[in-house]
Amino acid sequence: MEYEPVIGLEVHVQLRTRSKMFCGCAADYQIADANTRVCPVCMAMPGVLPVVNKRAVEFTIAAGLALNCSIAELTKFDRKNYGYPDLMKGYQISQMDLPIAENGYMNLPDSETVPGGHRVGITRIHLEEDVARLTHIGAGPGSYSLMDINRAGVPLMECVSEPDIRSAAQAEAYILELQSTMRYLGISTANMEEGSFRCDANVSIRPKGAREFGKRVEVKNMNRVRAVVRAIEHEIERQTEIAEKGGVLPQETRGWDDEKGITLEQRSKEEANDYRYFPEPDIPPIYIERAWVDEIRSGLPELANSRRARFAGEYGLSQYDADLLTASRATADYFENVVRARDYSGDKLQSFSKESANWINGEMARLVNADVDPAAVITESKVTPAQFAELVELFQSRTINNNASKQVLAEMFASGRDAGDIVDEKGLRKVDDADALDPIIDKVISDNDQAIDDYLSGKETAIRYLVGQVMKATRGAADANVAAELIQEKIGSLTKR
Amino acid sequence: MTSGHILKTAHEARELIRSGNVSSVELTQSVLDRIEQIDGNLNSYITVTGGKALERAASVDAAIASGDLDGPLAGVPVMVKDNMSTAGTLTTAGSQILKNFVPPYDAHVIERLNEAGAIIVGKGNLDEFAMGSSNENSSFPPTRNPWDTTRVPGGSSGGPAAAVAAGEAFISLGSDTGGSIRQPASLCGVVGMKPTYGLVSRFGLLAFASSLDQIGPFSRDVTDAANTLSVIAGHDPRDSTSSLDSGGVDYAADLNGDLSGVKLGVPKEYLVDGIEPGVRAAYEESLKVLEGLGASLEETSLPLTDQALAVYYIIAPSEASANLARYDGFKYGHSSESAQDAWEVMDMTRGEGFGAEVKRRIILGGYALSAGYYDAYYKKAQQVRTLIRQEFAGAFEKFDALVTPTSPTVAFEAGSRTDDLLAMYLSDVCTIPVNIAGLPGISVPGGFSDGLPVGLQVIGPQFGEQTIFNVTYAYEQATEWHEAHPSI
Repeated sequence: MEYEPVIGLEVHVQLRTRSKMFCGCAADYQIADANTRVCPVCMAMPGVLPVVNKRAVEFTIAAGLALNCSIAELTKFDRKNYGYPDLMKGYQISQMDLPIAENGYMNLPDSETVPGGHRVGITRIHLEEDVARLTHIGAGPGSYSLMDINRAGVPLMECVSEPDIRSAAQAEAYILELQSTMRYLGISTANMEEGSFRCDANVSIRPKGAREFGKRVEVKNMNRVRAVVRAIEHEIERQTEIAEKGGVLPQETRGWDDEKGITLEQRSKEEANDYRYFPEPDIPPIYIERAWVDEIRSGLPELANSRRARFAGEYGLSQYDADLLTASRATADYFENVVRARDYSGDKLQSFSKESANWINGEMARLVNADVDPAAVITESKVTPAQFAELVELFQSRTINNNASKQVLAEMFASGRDAGDIVDEKGLRKVDDADALDPIIDKVISDNDQAIDDYLSGKETAIRYLVGQVMKATRGAADANVAAELIQEKIGSLTKR
Repeated sequence: MTSGHILKTAHEARELIRSGNVSSVELTQSVLDRIEQIDGNLNSYITVTGGKALERAASVDAAIASGDLDGPLAGVPVMVKDNMSTAGTLTTAGSQILKNFVPPYDAHVIERLNEAGAIIVGKGNLDEFAMGSSNENSSFPPTRNPWDTTRVPGGSSGGPAAAVAAGEAFISLGSDTGGSIRQPASLCGVVGMKPTYGLVSRFGLLAFASSLDQIGPFSRDVTDAANTLSVIAGHDPRDSTSSLDSGGVDYAADLNGDLSGVKLGVPKEYLVDGIEPGVRAAYEESLKVLEGLGASLEETSLPLTDQALAVYYIIAPSEASANLARYDGFKYGHSSESAQDAWEVMDMTRGEGFGAEVKRRIILGGYALSAGYYDAYYKKAQQVRTLIRQEFAGAFEKFDALVTPTSPTVAFEAGSRTDDLLAMYLSDVCTIPVNIAGLPGISVPGGFSDGLPVGLQVIGPQFGEQTIFNVTYAYEQATEWHEAHPSI
């Protein structure tokens, strides 16, 4: 029998608010010393009360709108009760039956791994709070744990998908698209390695064509996109093997062991927690006014998906270039500002866009990545889009050659000066007219008898050495092809004589 | 000399300070002397902060003299129930689990008292986490009734009620979740007032049942209660359930003895089966007094009254089961010495730190909320709660206020109900509906039965504090019950 995987993803996204979910403590727990971002409220001292972070609600509404959800008119918080040392209050403030957003969807773009694209339903998006961080020291007798409360109370947004995903590749595309959306909205760094984006997968299989779902296995503990893909692939294989042998698949929670590449049983359905949810009495229900939703909607940026399509159409970019440019909102913004710095249209617009994309995805990306500041972003570089456009023009008009352009860009990146000034100052204007090159070539020829002899005795590569000498003499400004032609011509005339 | 002032009202004491007859330091010292003299028998206080209080009284005297401080509580010695957070002062909630807990922050009401120049002399005894009706659930020696020390003062705010009755403070603050201010006020013969839910910030009040808890004053007359409420009421951004448009009201300004045209409802369901004849007689006498003052009285019916107790014993324990989950031994308070791992720290800390009644309510609440029971218990209770609220709202379309007994009995013998939980829970049958509906209620001295005080309860509509102060002020003007003091 052939089996079909059924996959749903539950993603926790840490929101990039300035303060925590229910108190005024700064939410930048990663950069702070342990237990320095704490107050009586997030430490759950007796008698304290939560106050909702409005910005976190706003971020969640924005995420809901970006994922085509309907936004609740009435939302509320609930208490999720369970005892764990990292949970300060002994309950987590979360949302049960009235989440901020529900019933949305995400369109996965057409790609090699997801041919024709795919639509994944979004069940719900709700808001809750993170827990403290425990670090276990040692094992067995004498071992202990350290607790850092900085993270407790940082806003978490949970986004639950419908079980619409049918392959590990679709799951990967869903995660990448969701990460991109969060970053475009500016509401999260959405980074799995640093824990600001956490993904659990519900995986089951069923006979192909069947309507009912199989017993689902919740897989946890994946902290890279690659790990999610591998865990899902493994789980599909494992479940299919059991099913083919006529075995029974229980509903359970399994943990991914990245080293071994397998999932291990963590908790069976019988051991599942009863969270005893009930409405949070310390926070009255929240009415979300439509005017507020409209205001948030009007402030939404264009997302990667539509921008990608528009870049390909409007600017005639290849799918590859459009993908690269739209991978981050900053790069896409930068590209668009470069193009808009000139008033081109038609073929000129397309060729200018194409060249700009090449330089942004190539040399500029390399410079940004090599920056001493690991958090450097293209939009904050010293090179303004208008300056960048000038450089592209200088290159396109063949005023400077490829090597010189790279030199100029590096200088612009370091100093923020204009391309034209650097070109003039360093004399980098491409020298391609014979008159200007003539005396230089004459000198190179008269200074390099050995190379001329080599060439004449059939060693064609000697010409490259001679061109190199011309480039050196012009500090890279000479047009190498023109130089080579002229050298050959002159040597030819020498031998005829 | 000053000891003669200790049973005066706060506004009388305030007048003595204003006229220069007595200083706040002298007044505070006389209260501390009184505590020293009688609290060994009463146990009203868990902690007395005499040194701090005298220091503070001195600075308040200076501020009053320089004209920087005025207002009804400036220089007046007060006590606060020990479930209100006081920065730098032990705050136990009457529990062993917090026997060593010194919070770094003040409750909103403490800030308000301090700004008003009140002198906090100590922390009042209570049933553990405010769960109880007799003070016998305190994990400290229980408070006794100043009128008869073999009897209970009521609960859970037994300490604050007894202290005001016995001259150990002029004013005190209690908290009322199902009657915890009004019932002990009734049993101790003082005024006890529970404001509308949301009128006073709960920030810093150690939570028992979040949707029912409310802080309010104890005093020796209605004027003092009104003045104290004016000080502590008002919006607090730290409490999302605190009312937005309140504060700055002088509740004592317009008190007058005039009840003409006031319509009072007399709900028959409050004359419950177990009501003592002496309590009933005093209550009926009080109704005649009110009628004589020009109010029109009419019997009415609130049929859902007897559902309120059941609703309360679902909702309050459910909320408590979550509110008390933070006491896990990791962050503050008691932490079990014998625990071997993290799970044992949580289990054993709670096993050792909580008393029997608290454990009983945590278990009750956890059960009511658990999968498969939620709809039958918690959800149903919330639905009935809505109906009770609507029933009251209907009554207030017709009446300005409702008049009922506060407690069906006078103070009972210590130990007489500790083995009969239902009898204990029934102590609050007349006060619980008011919390369920979030309404303001006040208990004032309303007579005596066998030499023990009987309370009269007046219930108002939401934010109807002014109305119930007016009614009880008029009643107080026409009676002398509030002038009687225990002979302790």
